[in-house]
Amino acid sequence: MTQETVEKVVIFFAGDSGDGIQLAGSQFTNTAALYGNDLSTFPDFPAEIRAPQGTLAGVSGFQISFGSTEIFTPGDECDVLVVMNVAALKANLKRLKKGGAIIVNTDGFDKRNLRLAGFEDGENPLSDNSLSDYRVSEMNVTKLTRECLVDITLGVKEKDRCKNMFVLGFVYWMYNRTLEHTIEFLTQKFKSKPEVLEANIKVLKAGYNFADTCEISSSRFEVKPAKMSSGTYRNIMGNQATAIGLIAASQQSGLDLFYGSYPITPASDILHELAKHKNFGVKSFQAEDEIAAVSAAIGAAFGGALGVTATSGPGVALKGEAIGLAFMLELPIVIVNVQRGGPSTGLPTKTEQADLLQAMYGRNGEAPIPVVSASTPSDCFEASFEACRIAIEHMTPVFFLSDGYIANGAEPWMYPQTKDLKDISVPITTKTEDYLPYKRDEKLVREWAIPGTAGLEHRLGGLEKEAETGNVSYDSDNHEYMVKIRAEKVERIAEFIPLQKVDSGEVKGKVLVLAWGSTYGAVKTAVKELLADGFSVSHAHLRYINPLPKNLVELLSGFDKVLIPEINNGQLIKIIRDKYLIDAIPLNKIKGTPFEAREIKNRIKELHDGK
Amino acid sequence: MENKEYTAKDFSSDQEVRWCPGCGDYSILKQVQSVMPEIGVDKEDIVFISGIGCSSRFPYYMNTYGMHSIHGRATAIASGLKAARPDLSVWIITGDGDSLSIGGNHLIHLLRRNFDTNILLFNNQIYGLTKGQYSPTSEKGKKTKSTPMGSIDHPFNPLALCMGADATFIARTMDRDPKHMREMLKLSNDHKGSSLLEIYQNCNVFNDGAFFGMTDKATKMNQTLFLEDGEPLLFGENKSKGIKLDGFKPIVVSMEDTSADDLWIHDEKDRVKAGLLTRFFDDEMPRPFGVFYSEDRMLYEDALVGQIEEAKELKGKGNLDNLLKGSNTWSID
Repeated sequence: MTQETVEKVVIFFAGDSGDGIQLAGSQFTNTAALYGNDLSTFPDFPAEIRAPQGTLAGVSGFQISFGSTEIFTPGDECDVLVVMNVAALKANLKRLKKGGAIIVNTDGFDKRNLRLAGFEDGENPLSDNSLSDYRVSEMNVTKLTRECLVDITLGVKEKDRCKNMFVLGFVYWMYNRTLEHTIEFLTQKFKSKPEVLEANIKVLKAGYNFADTCEISSSRFEVKPAKMSSGTYRNIMGNQATAIGLIAASQQSGLDLFYGSYPITPASDILHELAKHKNFGVKSFQAEDEIAAVSAAIGAAFGGALGVTATSGPGVALKGEAIGLAFMLELPIVIVNVQRGGPSTGLPTKTEQADLLQAMYGRNGEAPIPVVSASTPSDCFEASFEACRIAIEHMTPVFFLSDGYIANGAEPWMYPQTKDLKDISVPITTKTEDYLPYKRDEKLVREWAIPGTAGLEHRLGGLEKEAETGNVSYDSDNHEYMVKIRAEKVERIAEFIPLQKVDSGEVKGKVLVLAWGSTYGAVKTAVKELLADGFSVSHAHLRYINPLPKNLVELLSGFDKVLIPEINNGQLIKIIRDKYLIDAIPLNKIKGTPFEAREIKNRIKELHDGK
Repeated sequence: MENKEYTAKDFSSDQEVRWCPGCGDYSILKQVQSVMPEIGVDKEDIVFISGIGCSSRFPYYMNTYGMHSIHGRATAIASGLKAARPDLSVWIITGDGDSLSIGGNHLIHLLRRNFDTNILLFNNQIYGLTKGQYSPTSEKGKKTKSTPMGSIDHPFNPLALCMGADATFIARTMDRDPKHMREMLKLSNDHKGSSLLEIYQNCNVFNDGAFFGMTDKATKMNQTLFLEDGEPLLFGENKSKGIKLDGFKPIVVSMEDTSADDLWIHDEKDRVKAGLLTRFFDDEMPRPFGVFYSEDRMLYEDALVGQIEEAKELKGKGNLDNLLKGSNTWSID
């Protein structure tokens, strides 16, 4: 047996969607995080809860990249592929690099599984030499799991549910990890089911010991802790960070958080997370539909709360009219869109950035709404906080865009402390002198008079209103004035957001990669590697898309070429071209999966070389 | 806070009322404004929320807090407002198109959740603001601009629908009976929970006389039945007719040969009988007015606040720094 130290490893766990792959992956993630590795993860699962067993459609996957160096993406190619059945192998072998390791549950390669995965009679990748480029470790996980549990009275089905722990134990041994964090987790999870707890721990240890004693695992690897900036870290997933960001904004503004939502993939976890934190005064409301969810948030905002609703693209389509009302009423609500593949029902569990134009323009009439986006799982915290800050301080609905990739992905987070958070000033008024519902301050923001305040009784509505008084008005000059003043109010937010910085590279050069949202990790990796190779390339990543930072035009003019990579058919690029009349170059991927760093790298190189 | 002394005028806003002359909405506005001083709530704690339609202009004319929102969503907006602010007196103004067509879903969900709100459903059996199409309560065969050969839609029975949604307070009144309306408005307000008051309202432009039989002197005695809790069901000239139950079948009897003791005695707490009363919906039976049903049930907002209090007791008031930190951390020097 050898022990090797490596800088970075990418593991892909794959199996049936009922195999507990996501749990094994997230456990490995937490253990790696607590060990001090930098990491990035990407779960990839089918839309069906229990898709047909053994089929390619039913394969659930979890990718983790961890290392002793900085990690920005879940990795392009995998070093290790863990497969619970032959369908998982067939669906994911393309991810594995030549010479990589495959850990195989042979029980998932029986006749039935082979047939379900589309192999002809007699065909079996384990015996036909087709895996000769890889290092294959075979074990019958089902058999070993059952054997280890002979003394336990659980049924076979329940015993088989522990299989994921065997594999996890095996991988823990390979990467020299302790079992303690997972045992702690299991102890919590199965508090009330001592037999199930015992079984899981037994199987986890059995997998670990099996790796230690059997001869099939010939090598063991050491991945040292990463040299990250000094500080205290935790592991965080995107949706979780969004939920915490909303609570933090509620605390910093002193406003109660009202969260109206209708379940939808991949946004539901925000509702689940918030429902756990009622002790922060969070009122989570599972509405009867998407329209009711946003309408309830508007009602709550009228009552003086921070109203939030979260959904994905199809839900935003339903909420459109109500968002227009919130814009007209000039009440602060935040609409979270955890984007997924569209159009229509599209690819519910796959990622895409295709709702940017919907956020920008998806309403009747002239209704510009601020748009803030998050770039990584942990960035969801700051970005959602900012969305709330802008909504409250500028009395406007705000879109917060996340997507399935960062919502379900995880990374270490050097979390802030309350004292580091920005204050949020709330324009609530109680002064009765000269109050007019639509009188504006220098930011063009109107005052927020909430029910219960004597002397400020007023009526709001979706009909066009007279400037200042807010009374219904059909006057044509007034309408033009109001349309322009509402637009100007949103534009003026540019004075209250940070200037655009360059993330990597110089402020002038040959190629600028201008990106937004979840492409961050891939772009960052690509640009850093090219900078190391001496290329003249920079990376700027937008958080604020409407309004755009004031200095963006100047920044763009410092480069010969501007490349805009997006997981859509070209949306930010339309906005940039429209606004700055520059010939930006698109790079689009619409496959339901994130960019790989090399895809971006290749395009930058071509541009750099004048292609 | 001590309740202020108000008059109806205090509840009238400075906006010019712009319904068609002769519209039944004027009467409803007047009765609501005259009842407001009597409900014991400060003006600043009252909110009127409406959707879209003729009736939904209502909040503009009330000198309280108010919102004229979007079509069908007043109930959903009011739900969020009441959840955020249980202390407010929330009134929902809606019509038959607004609450039973485009907003039908939100109405039934508000009712089942039992937010303490008062819903005034102005039913004129027509779309007025869009100039005269049939509505979900228009009778079958109705000829309108959109149904030149007569409507083929089976109409909703609004109160039966609300019974089906487990509403905790159901009542009916009409624009032409101000006294009865004021009484119903007060009872709606007194009810803790969602109260649904259907108001038959005449649209004199697009559906004039829809409820003529129930309001005209010559016919109304025989076509209406006024419900009083604990009292027998009597109607007709000089209360000469009564309603008796034969099993579950209501039958009209003459009081000349029936004792009042044998009649159906109205009981607002009886869900089954209330259900039967909502089915008095054809020409054979008089149309009931009054409180059909009233029940005490947990309010959504009370349960919501209750869980928050419980969570605070169990876990302590939320500490943001602990939340940011999570349960597992590691340090890098």
